[in-house]
Amino acid sequence: MTKRLTPWLCTLAATGALLAGSVAQAETKVGFVYVGPVGDHGWSYRHDQGRKAIQAEFGDRVKTSFVESVNEGPDAQRVIRQLAASGHELIFTTSFGFMNPTLKVAKQFPQVKFEHATGYKRAANVSTYAARFYEGRYVVGTVAGRMTKSNIVGYVASFPIPEVVRGINATIQAARAVNPAAVLKVVWVNSWYDPGKEADAAKTLIDQGADVILQHTDSPAPLQVAEQRGVWGVGQASDMRGFAPKAQLTAIIDNWDEYYVARTQAVMDGNWASRNTWGGIQSGMVSFADWNAAIPAAIVAEAEQVKTAISNGKLHPFQGPLLNQQGEVIVEAGAKLNDEALLGMNFYVQGVEGSLPN
Amino acid sequence: MNETLLVLQAACLTIIGAATPLLFAALGELVTERAGVLNLGLEGMMLIGAVAAFAATVVSGNPYLGVLLGALAGALMALLHGIMVLTLLTNQVATGLAMTLFGVGLSALLGAGFVGVTVAPLPALPVPLLASLPLLGPLLFEHNLLVYLSLLLVVGLSLFICRTRAGLILRAVGESPSSAHALGYPVIRIRYLALLFGGAMAGVGGAYLSLVYTPMWSENMTAGRGWVALALVVFASWRPGRALLGAYMFGGVTILQLHGQGMGLSIPSQFLSMLPYLATVLVLVLISRDGVKLRENRPASLGLLFRPSS
Repeated sequence: MTKRLTPWLCTLAATGALLAGSVAQAETKVGFVYVGPVGDHGWSYRHDQGRKAIQAEFGDRVKTSFVESVNEGPDAQRVIRQLAASGHELIFTTSFGFMNPTLKVAKQFPQVKFEHATGYKRAANVSTYAARFYEGRYVVGTVAGRMTKSNIVGYVASFPIPEVVRGINATIQAARAVNPAAVLKVVWVNSWYDPGKEADAAKTLIDQGADVILQHTDSPAPLQVAEQRGVWGVGQASDMRGFAPKAQLTAIIDNWDEYYVARTQAVMDGNWASRNTWGGIQSGMVSFADWNAAIPAAIVAEAEQVKTAISNGKLHPFQGPLLNQQGEVIVEAGAKLNDEALLGMNFYVQGVEGSLPN
Repeated sequence: MNETLLVLQAACLTIIGAATPLLFAALGELVTERAGVLNLGLEGMMLIGAVAAFAATVVSGNPYLGVLLGALAGALMALLHGIMVLTLLTNQVATGLAMTLFGVGLSALLGAGFVGVTVAPLPALPVPLLASLPLLGPLLFEHNLLVYLSLLLVVGLSLFICRTRAGLILRAVGESPSSAHALGYPVIRIRYLALLFGGAMAGVGGAYLSLVYTPMWSENMTAGRGWVALALVVFASWRPGRALLGAYMFGGVTILQLHGQGMGLSIPSQFLSMLPYLATVLVLVLISRDGVKLRENRPASLGLLFRPSS
């Protein structure tokens, strides 16, 4: 008796589940892939704040989900495919190294829309977006150039990709504009998030005389070291004052909220199209934490002026005269580097010590 | 000249900080392996120790209590490993690897609520008169408790293993458990104690990472140090003094390659970050040239199961 009933019961249960599932499809599912943990209080943390903004804006009409600490490699492709195959209509992949996995999955799922952060390859259903962090670096570099007493700025860098090189160059350009004696030392940790290595790198730079520490890695470890050793530091991607109340000059804060809400709205309205977005200070994607109270008012005023000038377009971080390490003129006075040159930047400007690994 | 000395002193201080967690884990594993038990779960135990120590410090406000609880957590995990390999007689290699995976996952789960929190690091305890010596003072006599403890442990373990009766029994259990059993020594109990010590030391090494090195918790913060400690035990030919050398060599190369980058050396940074591991492999190859010497130094029953026959 039970043997004959079981297949019928199973079919009934399956139909019920399908019906329930299809009713739930009325909400838009948005997925996020993070390269680090949400608790890094830096890069991935800010993307998650953007996700929360979407959830707050649309309430019941969206269902967001995320996967954190996904390695940039074959694992990434598996995770992205899993999100695409489980009904997500919009997927944000938030690291440069997710570029090829995103494109591969996008080809197999033409109905799903993908937003890839800091990449440069697009497709009909793949958009790219990034923030002009180098604008933020220029503002911070101005302060660093003024606040350094040893004239050595230390930089904890991750991977030698153009985005990181832009940040390095913008920092030292700004620092030397106000302090021609400033130089910049770089240490590569070959990771976006490794607190131990980042702390080692920061200690090394301070041992070699740096008294302002900047970073393009995602943990607060370099700032903690700066606080312990009594030098200055700058928060990366989010306000890290909790980790370094005395040492943090300011922080460059990535603000993805408006962009994320706009793109989700576009998917819900049906007019999402593939495009490239590169917002800077003016669009609000790059913002700053409060200035450290220990910075003299004149320097804060100067930094605010630089910020306004960049926002208005009057000042470009890579305007001429721009010299490379060998002293050759890359950009004449009066000209500036265009977006294409910025995207492929693979040289150090004058003032950076050491050679760029490739 | 004076500036170079100061940079050198600062570099040495950083090297000491980098080497200490490795030293703790290696010393603990050294004792465990001397008793004949292979504990491949070091990485997991270090992480459990790190998260337990951090959580305890956040909740209680006392970092020393944190260190104690970190050691306890490491020992508990070692107890689990012991139950599997000593009582249930599972394969030591497989169980150790499983312990590592378990430790990584469990620590991430337990630590999820503590991400983004920071604590004050362990304070430095300067030795009264000696700390004011010109160059050596801050270098040798102005460290936190754990650094002093690691150095004392090297001396203490050397004396224990080579000069005391208990150390002799430990070595006997590791060389020939059946002979030790025949003489009436409680082989399994001694192995349990050695394992607990090893786990506790791994826990303290992990506590150092989350309370001194980077006073915060993040998933997988040991970043492979447990595996390096395992290699260092072989590197050290199971002797505490050489474990000290190995840990400081590894820490030294790690920090020096960063200094090389900072000074603008034109060697690719990816190669420089390979250097510590390359150096370890090189030394291991050199040590292993003489197969006889290697077998002499290695505890004969390492990794082998022992079933008391009577």
